[in-house]
Amino acid sequence: MALKLSDLKTTAHNDWCPGCGDFGILNAVQMALAEMNVDPSSTVVVSGVGCSSKAPHFIKTYGVHTLHGRSLPFATGIKLANPNLEVIVEGGDGDGMGIGAGHFVGSGRRNIDMLYIIHDNGVYGLTKGQASPTLGLGMKTKSLPSPNMNQGINPLLLAIACGYTWIARGYSYDVRHLKDLIVKGAKHKGFAFLDVLQPCPTYNDIQTKEYWAGEGLVDSTGKQQPRTYKLEETGYDPVVHSDDEAEMEKKVQQAVLKSFEFGDHTPIGVFYQNEFIPTYEERIAHKSPSYKTNPPAAQQIAHEDGTPLANIRKLLEELRVT
Amino acid sequence: MKRDDFLWMIGGVQGSGVDTSANVFAKAAASGGLHVFGKREYYSNIKGEHSYFQVRVSKDLIRSHVDTVDMLATFEEETIFRHALEVRSEGAIIYDPDQDPKRLEQIPTIEANVRATLSSELSKSGLSSEVRGILELARRRGVHVYPVPYNELLKQVGAKFGETSLSTLQRMLNVMAVAASYALLSYDENLVKDAVRRQFKSKPKVAEMNVEAVGAAYDYVEQKFDGSFRYKLSPSKTDEVRLFVRGNSTVAMAKELAGCRLQTYYPITPASDESEYLEAHAEIELDGSAAHENPQAGEVAAMGAKGNIAVVQSEDEIAAVTMAIGGGLAGVRSSTSTSGPGFSLMAEGLGYAGMNEVPVVVTLYSRGGPSTGLPTRHEQGDLRFALYAGHGDFPRLVLASGDLEEVFYDTVRAFNYSERYQTPVIHIVDKALANSDATLPMLDLNRVKIDRGKLVKGPITDGVNGEYKRFVHAPDGISPRPPVGTKGAVYWHTGDEHDELGHITEDPTNRDQMMEKRMGKLEVADREIPMEERLNFFGPEQADITVVSWGSTKGAILDAMGWLKEDGISVNFLQIRLINPFPTERVKSLLSGAKNVVGIEMNYTGQLIGVLREQTCIPVDQLVVKYNGRPMSCEEIYDSLKSIHEGKAPKRIVLRHGA
Repeated sequence: MALKLSDLKTTAHNDWCPGCGDFGILNAVQMALAEMNVDPSSTVVVSGVGCSSKAPHFIKTYGVHTLHGRSLPFATGIKLANPNLEVIVEGGDGDGMGIGAGHFVGSGRRNIDMLYIIHDNGVYGLTKGQASPTLGLGMKTKSLPSPNMNQGINPLLLAIACGYTWIARGYSYDVRHLKDLIVKGAKHKGFAFLDVLQPCPTYNDIQTKEYWAGEGLVDSTGKQQPRTYKLEETGYDPVVHSDDEAEMEKKVQQAVLKSFEFGDHTPIGVFYQNEFIPTYEERIAHKSPSYKTNPPAAQQIAHEDGTPLANIRKLLEELRVT
Repeated sequence: MKRDDFLWMIGGVQGSGVDTSANVFAKAAASGGLHVFGKREYYSNIKGEHSYFQVRVSKDLIRSHVDTVDMLATFEEETIFRHALEVRSEGAIIYDPDQDPKRLEQIPTIEANVRATLSSELSKSGLSSEVRGILELARRRGVHVYPVPYNELLKQVGAKFGETSLSTLQRMLNVMAVAASYALLSYDENLVKDAVRRQFKSKPKVAEMNVEAVGAAYDYVEQKFDGSFRYKLSPSKTDEVRLFVRGNSTVAMAKELAGCRLQTYYPITPASDESEYLEAHAEIELDGSAAHENPQAGEVAAMGAKGNIAVVQSEDEIAAVTMAIGGGLAGVRSSTSTSGPGFSLMAEGLGYAGMNEVPVVVTLYSRGGPSTGLPTRHEQGDLRFALYAGHGDFPRLVLASGDLEEVFYDTVRAFNYSERYQTPVIHIVDKALANSDATLPMLDLNRVKIDRGKLVKGPITDGVNGEYKRFVHAPDGISPRPPVGTKGAVYWHTGDEHDELGHITEDPTNRDQMMEKRMGKLEVADREIPMEERLNFFGPEQADITVVSWGSTKGAILDAMGWLKEDGISVNFLQIRLINPFPTERVKSLLSGAKNVVGIEMNYTGQLIGVLREQTCIPVDQLVVKYNGRPMSCEEIYDSLKSIHEGKAPKRIVLRHGA
C-alpha cells in the first residue's frame, strides 16, 4: 500500500514562526519519505536541539529529539544497533557546526549509512537570534548588538574534509528540488550530508527569502536574477565513477572549488558523491562477519528462562590456572 | 601479627617487560595452587618512567596487598634505589652486580625530593650514593642481597640458540629476574617454565629461549646461594578450579555474557583495556544447549552462527555516552566505559537517558581526581559525582564492586537493573580492581540470569492511529518498552518534558505525573532488589569496631579483620554495594547497636560516610581516609583499627603509605 503524505503528518502542535524556512524542509522530508514508500516504524528521524530540531515531532515515524549538538552520536548508536533502520538526522547549523562540530567531524570519518540535513539559517533562532556558525564575519543580522565577530564556517568544505561521501546543498523554498535531494541522499550508500539554505524570517534579515530570490540583483536587461542556481543544469558531474585515486581526487578538488561559490551565485544540488568508500557497518562486518546477518538489535541474548546465550567458557578456560 | 604469605616485588622502566615478568611470576604461583593477589603501579607515561608490580602469594585466601616486601627482584638501578629500603629484615634483593657503580644523581626519572631524602640517608650512614651504597644500607638492616650476573648468563643462553645480540638477549632480563627469585625460594622449576611457555605461546622460539634462561638462572642460584635464603615457597595441592583474572577483562567477559552488544568508548586510563578486550573478542560464541526453550536462538547457535558486539571508539565521551544511549533506544544492551574526566563529559547524556527512560550502563573506573588528577593511580573520589552528575532530578542506580568476583556478577546486574528500571546504571570499578590480578575460584555461570524487564519484542499491536504510548502511566511507573524500530506503530523521544507519546508538553499536571513516574521507579527498585545484592555484612553481629566502607577497600579490610581477630579485637564490616537506592532501613538496623563505627574510604572527604549520614542520620565515630593514589594495604588498616581500638587514634586518620 503506497504511503500518502498525510500518513506522515502528526497532530503535534507546530510552534515555528509563520513563514519559517523549516516548513519547506519539513514538507520536503515528508514528500521524500512518501515517495520512498518507507515503513514509518522502520524509519527514525533524529534531531538535536533548536527550532529545526523539533521537526521529528511533526513527522509520523519514530522520532528521537536529543540534546543540543548530539544528534549524530545518538543516531550513530541507533543505526549501528539496528542497521536495518532508515535513519535521517536533522538539526540547525548552530547545533551541527557549533556545539556539535566535533561529532560532525567524527561522523564523516565513520561514513555510516545515514542522511544528515542541516537547516542552515545563520542564527540561533530559539534563543532569540544570536549569530550562528554559518553567519559571515562582519554581518549584522537584526538582533545582533554589533556585527558578527567570528568568521562563518563553510559547511560543504568542512564536510569534504571530514570524509562525507555524499555532499549537497538545497534551498528550503525549492521544495521539489529539495525533496529529490533528500531521496538521493537517503539512498546513498554511506554518510550523506545535505546543507539547506533556510531563511529565518524573524532574525535573519539579510539572507531572506527575497534575497535568495534575487532582490537587488538584476541582469543587463534589468531582470531579477535568483541567487541560487542548480548544479545539474550546468553539466556538473559530482559522481566518483571508479575506485581510482586520481578520479576521487579530481572529484574532491572540483567539490572544494565549488564550495567557495556563495552569495550572488550560490550553487544548489549535489557537489560530491562517492560510493567506493566502505561504510562503517561494512567495516564492522569485516572484523565481525556475523554483524551483517545478525546485528545487535536482531541478536537474542538469553534463553526464555533468562540463561545467557553467550558462551564464555572458552574465554574462562584461557584464564584457568588449576 | 603473623603473616603466612609472601610478597614479591619487581620494578623496572615502563615498557621493559615488568608486566610480563609479574604475570609469569603470578601464573607460576597460581598454577602451583597458591592464592595470588597482584597490584600494578605505574606513571602516566609510555616508556621510560618507573613502574612496579607487587605479587602477594599464600596457601590461604588473600585479598589485598601488604606494605612489607619480602623479596625485591630488580634488573636495573632505579628499582634498587626506590625500593631497596622497603624490603624487610631477613628479606631478599636480587640484582645485577653490573649496576654497583651506578649513581643516584644519574637517574633523571627519580623525583628531586626522593633523591634528596635518599642521598641524605646514605651520607648519614657514611655510604656512597651508588647502587652498592644503598645495597649496603639494606644489608645493614638485615636484608640478604643476591648478585646475579644476568648478562653473563644471558650470553650462555644466547650461545645455545646462536643469538649474539645483547640487546635481543636483554629482553629476557625480566624473566631471568623471576627465575632467580623462584630459584632462591626453591620453588618448582617446571611450574616456572610452564608459565613462561604460556606467556609466550604465540612465539615458540622466544618461549624456548626464555625457558632456557629460567634453567640458567636456577642453575646459577643453586650453585652459588644454595639454601642461603630461609624462606621457601612450595606448591599447594588444591582441587579447586581457579582462574587468574584482571579487573578490566573480568568486566569485559561479564558484558559479553550479559548480552551487551554495543560498547562505546573514548580512550582513557584505566578504562580502555576493557574496550580493547571486547574489540579483540568481538565475535561471541553462542550456547545452543537450551534450544528447545528458545527455538530461534537455538537455531542461530546450531547454524554455528555467532553473536557479536559492536565496539565504537568515539570522538569524545559525550559521543560515547550518547551513542550508547542510541543503542539502548534501539533495544540493544549498550554500555560505555570511562574514568572521572570522561564521566564529567557524560553528565548531559545521563540526564537524557533518565528523562527518556533509556537503559544504559556506564562502567566508571575510579582513578585519582580532580581534573586530570592522578591518571594512573587509585582513588574513590567520584562517588558523590556518580550519585549526582547531571542537572535536575532523574533516577539512576549506582553500584560499586568490592572485588573481582563482585565485579563479574555486578556487571551483569547493572544491565538487568538498567533494563528493569529503564534508567542509567553507573557501575563503579576502582582502579585498584581494574589493574589488579588475582586468583578466583571458577565463576559460576549458572548464577547468571538475564532480566530484560518490560522489553516488548514486538510487533506493536496496541497502537492507536499508528502511534504508541511509550510512556504510558503504569502502577509501578515502568511502561512496556518496545524499542525504537519495532514494527506496528511509532512514538517519540525528547529531552523536553513530554506526554505519554513522547511529544513535548509543559502542562503542569503532566509534569507532575511524569516526574513522579520516573522518580517512583527508584522506590520500586528499593523494594525489589534483594538485600544480598545491595550490601554485605561480615563478622560477628556485635563487635568492638564496626567498619563501614565500599569498593576495593573490601579485600584489605577483610584481611586485616583476620589479623585483628588473632589479637582478640573483634571487628565487623558493612560493605555497601548498591549506593543508590541506598539500603537505608537495613543499614540503620545493622548499625543500631554498633559501639564504634569507623568509615574507611580512599578519598579526602569520606564521601560514602556523607551519604550514610544523609540517608540514615548516623554519624561515624572515626574516619580512615587515604588519597595519595596508592591503595590501602591491609597493614595500614590493621594498624589504624588497632590504634582506634586502643583509643589512641585521632577522629580522622590519614593513611600515607605507598611509593
